[in-house]
Amino acid sequence: MASSQPARKKRAAAAQLALLPMAITVLGVYIGTVLWSVRISFSSSKIFPKNDFVGFSQYERLFATERWTVSLHNIAIFGVLFILACMVLGFFLAVFLDQHVRGENVLRTIFLYPYAMSFVATGLVWQWMLNPGLGIQAAVRNLGFPEFQFDWIVNQDKVIYTLVVAAVWQASGLVMAVLLAGLRGIDESLWNAARIDGVPRWRYYLSVVLPQLGPAFGTSFVLLAVGVVKVYDVVVAMTLGGPGNASEVPAKFIMDNLFTRANVGLASAASTVMLLTVLALLVPWWYARSVQSRKLGHS
Amino acid sequence: MSAVVERITPPVAAPVQRKAARRKSHFTPARLGLYALLVSSAAFFLLPLYVMLVTSLKPMEEIRLGQLFALPLNATFEPWVQAWSLACTGLECRGIQVGFWNSVWIVVPSTIASIFFGALNGYALSFWRVRGAGWLFGVLMFGAFVPYQVMIYPLVRTLATVNLFGTLGGIVLIHTVFGMPVMTLLFRNYYAGVPIELFKAARIDGGGFWRIFFQLMLPMSLPIIAVAVIMQVTNIWNDFLLGLVFAGRDNLPMTVQLNNVINTTTGERLYNVNMAATMLTSALPLAVYLISGRWFLRGITAGAVKG
Amino acid sequence: MSNVTIENLDIQFSGISVISQLNLDVHSGEFLVLLGPSGCGKSTLLHSIAGLIDVHDGRVDIGGNDVTWADPKDRGIGMVFQSYALYPTMTVEKNLSFGPRIAGVAKAEIARRVERAATMLQLTELLHRKPAQLSGGQRQRVAIGRALVREAGVFLFDEPLSNLDAKLRGELRRELKQLHHRLGATMIYVTHDQVEAMTLASRIAVMKDGKIQQIDTPASVYARPVNMFVAGFLGAPSMNFVEGKLECSERGTHFVSPTLSIDVSSYPFFTSPQPGQPAVLGVRPEHIALSPHGTELAGSAIVSLVEPMGSNQVVWLDAQGVSLAVDADAQFTPALDNRIGFTIAPAHVSLFDLQTQQRL
Repeated sequence: MASSQPARKKRAAAAQLALLPMAITVLGVYIGTVLWSVRISFSSSKIFPKNDFVGFSQYERLFATERWTVSLHNIAIFGVLFILACMVLGFFLAVFLDQHVRGENVLRTIFLYPYAMSFVATGLVWQWMLNPGLGIQAAVRNLGFPEFQFDWIVNQDKVIYTLVVAAVWQASGLVMAVLLAGLRGIDESLWNAARIDGVPRWRYYLSVVLPQLGPAFGTSFVLLAVGVVKVYDVVVAMTLGGPGNASEVPAKFIMDNLFTRANVGLASAASTVMLLTVLALLVPWWYARSVQSRKLGHS
Repeated sequence: MSAVVERITPPVAAPVQRKAARRKSHFTPARLGLYALLVSSAAFFLLPLYVMLVTSLKPMEEIRLGQLFALPLNATFEPWVQAWSLACTGLECRGIQVGFWNSVWIVVPSTIASIFFGALNGYALSFWRVRGAGWLFGVLMFGAFVPYQVMIYPLVRTLATVNLFGTLGGIVLIHTVFGMPVMTLLFRNYYAGVPIELFKAARIDGGGFWRIFFQLMLPMSLPIIAVAVIMQVTNIWNDFLLGLVFAGRDNLPMTVQLNNVINTTTGERLYNVNMAATMLTSALPLAVYLISGRWFLRGITAGAVKG
Repeated sequence: MSNVTIENLDIQFSGISVISQLNLDVHSGEFLVLLGPSGCGKSTLLHSIAGLIDVHDGRVDIGGNDVTWADPKDRGIGMVFQSYALYPTMTVEKNLSFGPRIAGVAKAEIARRVERAATMLQLTELLHRKPAQLSGGQRQRVAIGRALVREAGVFLFDEPLSNLDAKLRGELRRELKQLHHRLGATMIYVTHDQVEAMTLASRIAVMKDGKIQQIDTPASVYARPVNMFVAGFLGAPSMNFVEGKLECSERGTHFVSPTLSIDVSSYPFFTSPQPGQPAVLGVRPEHIALSPHGTELAGSAIVSLVEPMGSNQVVWLDAQGVSLAVDADAQFTPALDNRIGFTIAPAHVSLFDLQTQQRL
């Protein structure tokens, strides 16, 4: 057997070489840039990075900036509504499709196609549909309801809801797909056992199916939550943060300050805050999953 | 004791009424309600597509009438022609076809590169023991959740230093790097399902790292490569932020051009042209979606089930 | 405990008749096994008794009530599935009480029934565990417990042991038999495993193509199978079949074939045998005796294979192309490729018509 020491070392070297790009990516990109950004956030950089150290002053400036606090407020409202609506709608769509309906494949294709479109396209279409003068408001008024009002997109208090509608339209298909996969993993004879126990169908879904979908819901929640933090494309396309700053979101705030307004230090502080938020969401989920899999006896 | 095969039965007085009542119709109120809900949900999802299509086929006079849902009276493809070859994206007015070809030039190499590295990483992680690889993989998975904004500025400066900022090579590199977590996860999970005996047999036959990868594992991975292609083509084509920052003015992808066409024009907004442009930009990913069907679904659930 | 009566049952799937004109009487307290190969309709029959499948025509009676069109929950049945179908996120106690809770039974009554079932099935310590933390045998008992708590009159089993390894299967089989003895419940059990059928049943109903071929005690079905299908399905190694003819003369009726001949004058024919009638002789391996030096041989053949089983051995004989299995003592091992004689006890043979495969 030619498995001598040099040959074994050569094989190990080949594997190491192959994984070099991944190592560079992880260390250089994922860790390196994060550290660099955090470093900048502690400096007074404007257009170009400066090597000084100003403590937390950028962060103080940040939270004194109205655009930033508005964006946080918006992202919170958007996040809660978006995640809730997607989970509920996605769940009901998945349950309905699980009922052996005719045309199941066609329906599933229809519910999921928005996810194949870019966020920009989604934003633009919904911007057009919600156009007060020529969109839905005008169409319904022309149908004979002259008092009908649907001008949320130009209304400072309501514009955030338009973003929710567009985003839910795009993403509920994803939740539906994940939950449907979870539903298909449930033992079929459980329904038969429930029938014999006299359990009505809705109660079966509530008491037997729903508890088993925990992991699927968890996965959906994390996917959606990460999407919430990152939301940028649809805002740029649909409202450009307007009217005024009413639909400003953190991602857009950061991008504007990095490039247009050349406030690199401030923007880096904001991105660090975003990162910490994501970590705060992820770590408990990771922990819960590892505890659960240890309980079930996996490694 | 006799073996009983047939049994002589007395005539059964089966009540006829009960039979008729129980001819269980499949059209109970609950079932009808279900279909009603499904159809109305389908209408909600299809509505924007319908509006997009219908608007793009109307001349501007009809659009000014404000009948969003009406079918076109004088349907015309003029807006489509305009969107494709005449629309103004910033300084140029050569239409959105510029963005189309830019996107093609971006998507093809990025897809190939990100899938190659994903497969290579997944293969190395599944079958070979490299010190620290598990830890690297863990951080990579974490990295998939990090918002782009944290990493953009340092990357901009890094690429600028090596003269790759604003070039095609730069954007392809960016997409490869950001696609690595999901692609690696996809292939690693796939290779975890490949029996290790296959690999051991190849080693006994004298195969080394690269030979086994190219001659055994890659050919076996065609199903998952199909899924990966679908995922990457869709995600990279639909990307906006990375293209906006890294592609450079000459290589702006279609999504960025689309936004320019629609949101940065002066004068009257040509809504029909805008919708035509939106449809053109969405045409490719929608086509991929419709053709790939179940594979698209596999891509979502495979990428969604982490670890 | 209830009895079950099925009359003229017709079940169709997409226009194809799966079960037609089936009649069955299950006595109260008996353990009836529906035995047959895959696709014979045994599971379909069980599911229609449970009300999970709609029937096309016919009548199902449980405990004297016509339940043909009743919902599963109103039939007074309990069912144990192949996967046991325990609600995975509920404790044993919640699994047991779920049905009565839905039905609105009083809490005190539910607690009493759960306690009774748990005591009978030795589940009392396990009441707060979840199914994932139970062993196979414990899960089976919980599944049975569910039926007990619902005060079912009939217990239905859909191949509950098929997914288990051989050792566990044996253990659970014996547990189930003891349970039946203790509860005295009416049990209808579906399986394709003839060992399970023989060991568990008070009566076996052998099914093929949607029809009951024979229904009788295990001993009768084993010793006097009504056709060649039933004869070949029970017993391992299965019954030996030899084709030949019946010859009637003053000396009596003989079964004659190129390889063997025996006197079947004392065979209990249903109808008188016709001379020269083509017939198939069926004889079980344990009823052939190797007779190296004997007289009065039924025939002789070449030893082609010997399979030692420990307590006995199976000797395979080649009689002019016909393979015969003989259940022989472990003491004497015949030499391979040697010719050896054998005798057959006429009292234990079965004769079948060559064409119809029915018992003569």
